[in-house]
Amino acid sequence: MNIVVAIKHVPSTADELEINDEGVNLDFDEVDFTINEFDEQAIEQAVLVKEASGGEVTVIGVDVIEELDGVLHTALAKGADKAAKIVGDLEPPIDSHTQARWLADAIGGLTPDLVLTGVQAVDDLDGQIGPMLAAYLDLPYVGVVTGLSVSDGTATVHKEYAGGVMAEFEVNLPAVVGVQAAEKPPRYAPISKIRQMAKSADLEEYEADENVGDSGCEIRKMAKPVSAGHAEMLEGDAEEVAEKIIEILEERGLL
Amino acid sequence: MDAGLDKVDAIWEKETAIIDGIDISGPWNRMFEQRVIWEYTPELIDKVADLPGAESFSWCYQCAACVPVCPVDMVGDYGPRKLYRKAQTGTDLQSADDLWLCTTCMNCVRVCKKVVDMVQIMPAVREQAVLDGFVPEELQKAFEDTAKYGNPLGQSQRKRAAWTKKSDAPVPIIKDVKRPVDVLWYVGSYPSYHPRGIDAALAAARIFHALDIDYAILGREEKDDGDSQRLAGENGLFEMLAEHNISVFEKYEWEQMVVTGPHEYNAFKKEYAKLGFERPIQHYTQFLSDHLDRLSPLLTHEVQAKVTFHDPCYLGRHHGEYDAPRALLNAIPGLELVEMGRCRENGYCCGGGGGGMWLDSFTQNHTTMRLSERRVLEAAAYGADILAVCCPFEVSRFEDAAKSTGNDQLRVLDILELLDMSMRGEI
Ligand SMILES: Cc1cc2nc3c(=O)[nH]c(=O)nc-3n(C[C@H](O)[C@H](O)[C@H](O)COP(=O)(O)OP(=O)(O)OC[C@H]3O[C@@H](n4cnc5c(N)ncnc54)[C@H](O)[C@@H]3O)c2cc1C
Ligand code: SF4
Ligand code: SF4
Repeated sequence: MNIVVAIKHVPSTADELEINDEGVNLDFDEVDFTINEFDEQAIEQAVLVKEASGGEVTVIGVDVIEELDGVLHTALAKGADKAAKIVGDLEPPIDSHTQARWLADAIGGLTPDLVLTGVQAVDDLDGQIGPMLAAYLDLPYVGVVTGLSVSDGTATVHKEYAGGVMAEFEVNLPAVVGVQAAEKPPRYAPISKIRQMAKSADLEEYEADENVGDSGCEIRKMAKPVSAGHAEMLEGDAEEVAEKIIEILEERGLL
Repeated sequence: MDAGLDKVDAIWEKETAIIDGIDISGPWNRMFEQRVIWEYTPELIDKVADLPGAESFSWCYQCAACVPVCPVDMVGDYGPRKLYRKAQTGTDLQSADDLWLCTTCMNCVRVCKKVVDMVQIMPAVREQAVLDGFVPEELQKAFEDTAKYGNPLGQSQRKRAAWTKKSDAPVPIIKDVKRPVDVLWYVGSYPSYHPRGIDAALAAARIFHALDIDYAILGREEKDDGDSQRLAGENGLFEMLAEHNISVFEKYEWEQMVVTGPHEYNAFKKEYAKLGFERPIQHYTQFLSDHLDRLSPLLTHEVQAKVTFHDPCYLGRHHGEYDAPRALLNAIPGLELVEMGRCRENGYCCGGGGGGMWLDSFTQNHTTMRLSERRVLEAAAYGADILAVCCPFEVSRFEDAAKSTGNDQLRVLDILELLDMSMRGEI
C-alpha cells in the first residue's frame, strides 16, 4: 500500500509574531518555521497504518523557505520510507490553494492508495489542503479523523463532530483523509537517527509550476489583536483571595 | 523452582573428607567441594552491562551501601543494589519505569566500593531505550523543544537575550562588542527564559558590572548545553548542541568562561572536553569567590537571615566544589549560615538532574513526595528563613516545594540574588 503524507512548513508560534512593514502579513524574516502540528499527527497515523497493514510511507511538502529538509529527515527517522519536496524560486506566503495544486501534481504521479494531511494548518486555519487535494485527484475525502485502519481496499475512519459526537465511516481507497489526531501520540525521533537520515537519505524534488493560479484572495491588512481589557490580580493570602472571589461572584449575581 | 533460577549442581556434604592427607570431615568440608549454587539468570544483568559505558552494573556485590544514601530511596524504593537485584529476578531495566528515576546525583558512586557508576550506566541504558522508542511523554517534549528551539522550555531561540532588556546594568553581546573580552558568560537556558532564572541573571549582570568585569554573552547564538538531555538518554541531541556551542565558543576571542549553572559547568568541563573543547571555565561561585577582595567591600547592606545552603550535585559531588558558594554566603554581612545534616559530600538532591527536571509527574507516580519537597522539609526543620541555591534548576523546584509543603515562610534565593541584595540594600 502506498501511503502519502502531505505536510506544511508553517511559522513557529514559539516566536512572537511580527507583522511586516506593509502591514499585510507576517515578517517572514523574523520567524522560524516548523512543521504544522496536525501534520505530525498525520505522519504518526501513516506509520501506525504501515505497521499494522504494511506498505510504504512517502512524506511530501512545499519547501517554502528552503529549510524543509530537517522536517523530512525527522519524518524518515520516525518511520517514513521516502521523502520529497516541492522546490522552486519560492517565497512565503504561499497560500493553501497553490500548495494544494503543486502537491496534487506531485502526489498524482505517486499512485497513492491513501493520502493523509493534517486537518488544518496553524498559518491560515484554512483547512482546505485536504479537500482540495481530494478534488484535484478526484478522490473521496474525510476530515477531522482521529483513527484509521485499512483492510481490503477500504479504510475505516473515526471522525469527530462537534459536541463530542463520533462517527465511523468506511471509505473506498484511494482516498484523502485529514487527520485531527493519530491513535497514539507522535513518537519520538532520536536526534542520532535524524542525523543519520540527514547523511544518507535522498530527498526527491519536484519543480513548482509557477503558472498555477492562487486562491484569488488578497490579504489587505494584518494587525495584532488589541487587548480590550486586562486581568485584575487579586492580592493577599489564600483566604483573602478566596473571600474576594466570592465577593465578586456575589456582586455579579453568579452565586 | 522459581522463575529465573538455574540449579547448577546438587548439594554435597561428604561424611568424611581427607584433603592432602588431612582429615577434615565435618559440615565445613563443603568449602572444599562443589557447593550448591542457585544462580540467577545473568541475561538481564548482561543486557545492561553489555552496553558501552554500563559495564560496571555487573560489578555490584549487593553490599547495599548505596541504598541509604540514594535520595530517591528516601522517598521511594530505589538504589543501584535494588536495580541489580531486580535485574537478577527478571526486571528488564531498559523497559522498566525505574530507568527514569535516577537523577545521576552520584551519591551512590561516592560510597560504592565496587565503583558501580550510575552516572555512566543510566545514560547508556536510557540511550538504548530512547532509540527503541521508550521515552516518557514529558521527557519527549523537553527533547523535542530542545531540538527545535535550542532550549528545553520551548521558548523562541531569537528571544534568548530578551531578558537583557530588563537589565539596568549593561549586558554586552559578544557579536556586537567586536573585540576580545576577558570573560565569556554562558548564561544558560533557565536564566535566559525562566522568570526566576532571569532574576538571577539580572543580579549577575549587576554584580559583574559593579566589579567592572570585561564580559559579554553569546545572545541568540547560545543554545542549551544539552548535558541533562544526554544523561536522560539523548546523546545525539547532546552532540548536535555541543557541536553548535563549541563552534560558537571558538568563533570569538575570550580569556575565560563563566557559567551560571553547575550542569553547564559539568557539560563544558567534562563532556565538551572529550570533544576537544578545553578552555578555562568557572562556575560563577568560583569566579566571584576569586574576586572576593573586590566584591566584599561592595556588600554594604546586612541580610539579616538564617540561611541554609543546598549543594548542587553537579557542583559538589561531581566537581568537588563545596567552599566557593559558602565563601560568598559568609561574605554577606548579617547572614547566618546553618548547615543541614545532608550537606557537602552527602548533600541531598533537588531531583532535577539527569533529566529529572522534565520527569516531574512521572517521578511523582513512583515516590511518596518530590525530592525537592523532601529537601525543603529538611531546610525548614533547621529553622532556615532562606534556602540558598546556585543552580538555575533549583529555584523554581524549591519554591514550588516550599508552597506545596506549607512552608511559605521559607524563601528560596540564588546566591546571586543574595549578593545583589547586600550590594543594593533591596530585600
Ligand atoms: C560480597 C561478599 C561475597 C562473599 N562471598 C563469599 C563466598 O562466596 N564464599 C565464602 O566462603 N565467603 C564469602 N564471603 C565472606 C563471608 O560472607 C564472610 O566471611 C562471613 O559472612 C563472615 O561471617 P561473620 O558472621 O563473621 O560476619 P558477618 O557476616 O559480617 O556478620 C556479622 C553479623 O553480626 C551482626 N553484628 C555486628 N555487630 C554486632 C553487634 N555489636 N551486636 C549484634 N550483632 C552484630 C551484623 O549485623 C551481622 O549480621 C563474602 C563476603 C562478601 C562481603
Ligand atoms: S554500594 Fe555498590 S556494590 Fe554495594 S550494593 Fe550498591 S552498587 Fe552494589
Ligand atoms: S545516582 Fe543518585 S539517584 Fe541515582 S541511584 Fe545513585 S544515589 Fe540514587
